[in-house]
Amino acid sequence: MAEELTKASEATAEVKVLMGWQSIVNRLSSVGKTFYIWLAICGLVVVAAAAAGIHAMSIGYSHAYNVTREIPWGILISTYVFFVVTSTGLCLVSAIGHVFGVKDFMPIAKRAVFLSILTIVAGFVVIFFEIENPLRMALYNVISPNLTSNIWWMGTLYGAYLFFMTLEFIFLQIEKHKFAMYSGFMGVISGIAAHSNLGAVFGMLHGREFWYGPYMPIYFIASAMMSGCAAIIFFTYLAYKINGEKMDKPMERAVEVTSKVGVLLICTVIFFTAWKIITGFVGAPAKREAFMALLTGQYALNFWGLEVIVGMVAPLVLYLLSRGKNIKMLFAGSALMIFGIFFMRYDLVVVGQIVPVFYELGVNEYATLLSYTPSVHEILIVLGGMGLVGVTFLLGEKIFTGHKVEEHEHAVEPLHLAIEESKEAETAS
Amino acid sequence: MKFDMINLEEQDKKALDTISLLERREFLKIGLTITGALAGGSILSLVSIVDKAFASPKEFAAQYPYKPHYSMLIYQNRCIGCERCMEGCVKTNHVPSYGYRTMILEREVPKSDEQKREFIPVLCNQCNRPPCVMGCPTKATYKDEKSGIVMMNYKKCIGCKTCITACPYNARYYNDERRSVDKCNFCFDTRLSLGHNTTACSEACPANVRVFGDLSDPQNEVYRMIHQVSKTVWVLRPETGAMPNIFYTRG
Repeated sequence: MAEELTKASEATAEVKVLMGWQSIVNRLSSVGKTFYIWLAICGLVVVAAAAAGIHAMSIGYSHAYNVTREIPWGILISTYVFFVVTSTGLCLVSAIGHVFGVKDFMPIAKRAVFLSILTIVAGFVVIFFEIENPLRMALYNVISPNLTSNIWWMGTLYGAYLFFMTLEFIFLQIEKHKFAMYSGFMGVISGIAAHSNLGAVFGMLHGREFWYGPYMPIYFIASAMMSGCAAIIFFTYLAYKINGEKMDKPMERAVEVTSKVGVLLICTVIFFTAWKIITGFVGAPAKREAFMALLTGQYALNFWGLEVIVGMVAPLVLYLLSRGKNIKMLFAGSALMIFGIFFMRYDLVVVGQIVPVFYELGVNEYATLLSYTPSVHEILIVLGGMGLVGVTFLLGEKIFTGHKVEEHEHAVEPLHLAIEESKEAETAS
Repeated sequence: MKFDMINLEEQDKKALDTISLLERREFLKIGLTITGALAGGSILSLVSIVDKAFASPKEFAAQYPYKPHYSMLIYQNRCIGCERCMEGCVKTNHVPSYGYRTMILEREVPKSDEQKREFIPVLCNQCNRPPCVMGCPTKATYKDEKSGIVMMNYKKCIGCKTCITACPYNARYYNDERRSVDKCNFCFDTRLSLGHNTTACSEACPANVRVFGDLSDPQNEVYRMIHQVSKTVWVLRPETGAMPNIFYTRG
């Protein structure tokens, strides 16, 4: 009798799984043409990038990439930074809701958690093609760790971050909300630790004036939250387009409050950028040269055009004009911001290296600033990272039915209440 | 730092009282700069005291943590840029054509009265606080506990290039054949450990520019040259706080 029962329940489980798959297939086959076109475009870019990456590997990165002894970090590093900045930001902004209990933010949480996983994975994929010996990394990071190395901490903590965010996403899917909240909280802690360490990778290079100092880790956290707001609004708008749905009231409210946090963070980053530039004019002449390259030199278009106008000023104006309600304006602002932030990362990484280390020695070899232009291989891999986010985002919308938040989930208990409750339970027992 | 040149010929014709305040200031500035550079060069030689002549002997107390504490003194004005040191290095350490462990930089001083050009040999400074070692995630590059040489464990290098970015002296490059970052190690594996007492570059130099020595031995030429006040000894990029072990002087 018991055997029969287990068999029966196994059978139902199987049927459920099958039905689950069936419904995913149904959802995927019932979408419009545009969805497939975008999926195909993103997919093709990923394939092209994979081919470029494998080709680069086979001919040697030194032949495929334009990085040099003097500028060893190029667009692949800056793109990695771009992706992990976005991921951390998505994690932090979404945590306002479902970890710290601010109800208005809750509807964006599931998608944000999912996207934070996609973007960090895209970052890892891009850096996989940058690191010369990734297999050695897997081994020696574990058996020969260097605890004074920020890059070691960054890598290790981002590993933990990915683990917690994945765990959180799984708990959200199986509706274990308390566990989801705890893993989300751990995700926030490891994310902030990892991300500030990434800032410190630059900030603790005492031979590089442009980066050196406590600014980088702090700036990285602020700009992560700015990126997070942009990414949430950008992808939420796209998701509703894809699913052909209209936002309900709680979702509209969530977008509105996210845009308000966005305004605050854009202002913060403008403030940070202004002081970084102003302080750049005192101190070592080499540092000044780097800032001049940004303000009036070869990176002036990147800085004024892409970083300042496209990345900050235009989005700020659009966000303010939208009053948090005009979703199209918010979407445009977010798209511009993401585009501009990509170049912010690029400038941050590249301009930090364009002043030769022996510049102030006045020797012929290093009399002028260095330059770097990414190679085709590098650009393709960068696009591949973006394509990967595109493919997985599109599929995710269908597989996880638009990351819908059930009505009862809005009422999930915030962290501080849960902690109080568990304390009470302890004292009672 | 740039100063407008003072035309000395014209100065002769001027009476003392006609010298403007501005000119006096400029002149003072030049004087202070020279003094500063000399004092700074000595003080900022970092690993050393320059005897007890300085205000705070404690601060500059001799601390040579290694035995032998390998270092190099470079007589900058002796270098003629023949690059035999580079050839010697390439041959001894199998350095590929796309990379280098040591290099000769060239500085032109067109306004100089005498020699219009000088050469500056550069190599890994084997820093006491090496930024590369601090940044390496897997201890592939490390400060040798005995000799103080910054060494590479090639098989641990993941190729993240943090050390190349971190180095204030552009002393590192990625070696495709070794699948690792490569750098000068004072010929430790190719010469010192085989019983030679100097590096390949030092031996190849026809003008005795590079004096390889031991800072923990008071009889050593490098030690003696660094512990005197009559001749300025300086290091490159002292502001980074890396405490380099390559010293420069003229003479």
